[in-house]
Amino acid sequence: MSDAARPVVTTRPDNTGLGARIEGSAIGDSIYRWMTTAFALGIPVLLLFIAIEIGAAAWPALKAFGFGFLTSSEWDPPHNIFGAAPAIYGTIVSSFIALVIATPLALGVAIFLSEFAPSWLRQPVAFLVDLLAAIPSVVYGLWGIFVLQPLLRAHVMPLLSAIPLIGRTPLFEGPAYGPSMLSAGLILAIMVLPFISAVSREVLMAVPRSQREAALALGATKWEMIADAVVPYARSGIIGGIILGLGRALGETMAVTMLIGNVHKISASLYAPGYTMASLIANEFAEATGDLHLSALMAVGAVLFVVTLIVNALARWLVWRVSREGQS
Amino acid sequence: MMDRNASRGPASPPKPPLRTTRPSVMQRAAAERAQTTIGRRRLVNVVMVGVTFGAAILATLPLIFILGHLIAAGASSINLDFFTQIPKPPGEAGGGMANAIVGSLVLILAASAFGLPIGIGAGLYLAENRGTHLANAVRFLSDVLNGLPSIVMGIFAWQFLVKPMGKFTALAGGIALGAMMIPLVTRTTEEMIRIVPVSLREAALALGYSRWRTSLVVVLRTALPGIVTGALVAVSRIAGETAPLLFTVLGNQFWSASLRGPIAALPLQIFNFAISPYDQQHSLAWAGALVLIGIVLIISLAARFATRSRFGLGGD
Repeated sequence: MSDAARPVVTTRPDNTGLGARIEGSAIGDSIYRWMTTAFALGIPVLLLFIAIEIGAAAWPALKAFGFGFLTSSEWDPPHNIFGAAPAIYGTIVSSFIALVIATPLALGVAIFLSEFAPSWLRQPVAFLVDLLAAIPSVVYGLWGIFVLQPLLRAHVMPLLSAIPLIGRTPLFEGPAYGPSMLSAGLILAIMVLPFISAVSREVLMAVPRSQREAALALGATKWEMIADAVVPYARSGIIGGIILGLGRALGETMAVTMLIGNVHKISASLYAPGYTMASLIANEFAEATGDLHLSALMAVGAVLFVVTLIVNALARWLVWRVSREGQS
Repeated sequence: MMDRNASRGPASPPKPPLRTTRPSVMQRAAAERAQTTIGRRRLVNVVMVGVTFGAAILATLPLIFILGHLIAAGASSINLDFFTQIPKPPGEAGGGMANAIVGSLVLILAASAFGLPIGIGAGLYLAENRGTHLANAVRFLSDVLNGLPSIVMGIFAWQFLVKPMGKFTALAGGIALGAMMIPLVTRTTEEMIRIVPVSLREAALALGYSRWRTSLVVVLRTALPGIVTGALVAVSRIAGETAPLLFTVLGNQFWSASLRGPIAALPLQIFNFAISPYDQQHSLAWAGALVLIGIVLIISLAARFATRSRFGLGGD
């Protein structure tokens, strides 16, 4: 510290010493610049590595089955026939169930916390909801197996089937075993809820005061202000939050693997077991029977990678758009 | 109509009758409707307060159920054996998860050793090079990496590390977990460094500090509590990860703390015991989950306090 300060305080600077010091710091500066740049470049390089490694490993399967890999529902490792349609279908359906349940709830929580809640209640409730995101996936799975599934089988599924008209549709058909699309979707709903609500809360709070005041000045009630001014203003950010939740749901592995039943079959019924892309990899990777089986699982991983990449990029863009508008 | 009136301007004063007679019917109707609907609008308002409050209650219920059941089912199996014994063979009573707890700590250390330097370095770069194309690209890709499913990270680590080395190693798992820490650490580091006042940086530079010393000794030092928080949050996130470990560290029934071989991990052990058919292992799984949640919560709370203790940085 003292040696750095010396040349500044001396009235007659020692020119040679100062020159040496500046030169030395220039070297230090450039080393520092190079180091931080290298670390920053580590992120794109890592992503590129992941894409290349998984893409290369997936190539044999993609080449062997082509586009049919995505549409065929035959998954037969002994005969080296692989089609990922059931896993893709299961991923979409379970994520859809999750969003249908979680979105209204998360929006309600976000609106309550950002608009209605008294300040003493805001912090604790926000903390509790955020805490949902801190629970490890495997713990959700454990709870799902031993608490949620028995509950669904004994009470919720008979209740759903008893609803007139809706209960008669193929959605709620068949025997109610535990492992099912419904239980996987439900656990996913709980898991993505904190993500959607956190992002929604943030964008709702970023809505300028003037928007609220203008609505109130026109005689709107508080709810009309929210519904007609605040939420429309934050709309694309909220959609971004929902899509972010979708990204989480698509890639969620452990809890789903433990609850969905892991069966290569497309069934209309939500009571039937199924598969998701992530749970397919988790379940079969360690016991892959041959090179093509392994490559097919890598191809499933590649599809998952590309899909979540698109979904996340879209979500980020939407949220970024709102926060940028809020700043200007 | 309006425009024509306006264009005439002050030359001829606007005629009031035109404006008072015409809207009367519609306005009176509207006013009447407003009178009758204001009650309903207020009612809707109150109902919606109730609905959103209900949503908030409903959203916190799963947490309470899960934590409650964890304590009810797990607490009875937590004893000294749990922290000192390794798992007994299936069906035998007793045993613990000591090796898994040690394994998880080893994995967390390995992940931090890999993820923290890159994350903090990248965060420094982003904070000091705002607005450049590279910084924007890196920030965006860091968000993309953040959304990458953990199972994809797992098969990547298998393909990249396990397959060439020919064996499952704790190192591969640590690197997979460390890679998952990077985006979060990068983002918090960047944000924490951004809120360090520019005047502090300028003061250090004016005193003759070189740029790198200013960044590392003054700016990074000032932002340290916030960065520690970010690191702790990142650790709490990976501490419970299972999917990246399935094909990298594999799990281990015995004691091992070596990075060069398979290692046990708490989340992995919970998973294996949860899907086993033995009641004895189920109750160990509950105890393990309780301990895991405890570790995650302690780290998260520590993160909150690390932020609060100074400057009041942080804050969402």
